[in-house]
Amino acid sequence: MLYPDSFTVSTPSDREIQVTRDFHAPRRLVFDAFTKPDLVRRWLLGPPGWTMPVCEIDLRVGGAYRYVWRKEGEKDMGMGGVFRDIVPSERLVATERFDDAWYPGEALDTTVFVEDGAITRITITVLYQSREARDTARRSGMEHGMAAGYNRLEDVLSSLEG
Amino acid sequence: MELSGNDQRAHLDATFAALADSTRRAILARLASGQASVSELAEPFEMTQPAISKHLKVLERAGLISRERDAQRRPSRLVARPLAEASEWLEQYRQFWGASFQHLDVLLDSMTAPASTAKKKSQRSGHRKR
Repeated sequence: MLYPDSFTVSTPSDREIQVTRDFHAPRRLVFDAFTKPDLVRRWLLGPPGWTMPVCEIDLRVGGAYRYVWRKEGEKDMGMGGVFRDIVPSERLVATERFDDAWYPGEALDTTVFVEDGAITRITITVLYQSREARDTARRSGMEHGMAAGYNRLEDVLSSLEG
Repeated sequence: MELSGNDQRAHLDATFAALADSTRRAILARLASGQASVSELAEPFEMTQPAISKHLKVLERAGLISRERDAQRRPSRLVARPLAEASEWLEQYRQFWGASFQHLDVLLDSMTAPASTAKKKSQRSGHRKR
């Protein structure tokens, strides 16, 4: 069952970007899907065509994670960080930095999992160190081509059927 | 036209500051369906005309609306470009997460569904054995 209508992307402050989404699954499963490498690499893929050859997660405070995305004809895109706070099934706080130094400093990602009946709502808040950092990140992200031409509905639909 | 980084940033800042207010977002939504005068805008929002005018000034400064100078009604109309720029950079987040979450829907579905199917199957085979 899909809940695309619950998907929001907003800017709650000058330094933040926030993403929310509802999932029709228990919170424990959604948390697993965010923290177990063999699950993460099956969905955290962005637009069609990208794979995730590297997905390492050392799920403990002070532990590191490392993601690399790959697409034919594109430069590999890598990012990683360190976990700052972990409350199983409830909350994840981790630093975030992309390999290409698009923006100064690290960003801090907070992911909150809230269960309401059969629905789990996740809220991801990315806090940059400054408004400049957020602005740079968003601009250079666009230049890196993640936004270009991928929103073809048929691609998404065919990936769902597959 | 290519905007420099600073210019583009200033534009986006003005756009987002203007969009931070729910009344102003509602005014833009109203103007999306056609131009309107101050009095026409004041009515559905149950606000005074000076209060609406204040919001319109902020929207105008941000380049989100334009207002006729000559006509007595001074109708406001939506200017699409700054909104398009603002939504463009959020769009990369929307696309990355939107696409990823649809994968996650499928994954979570497969994590919840097979267990119950397996249970039903074993129950059925259990009946057959008896």
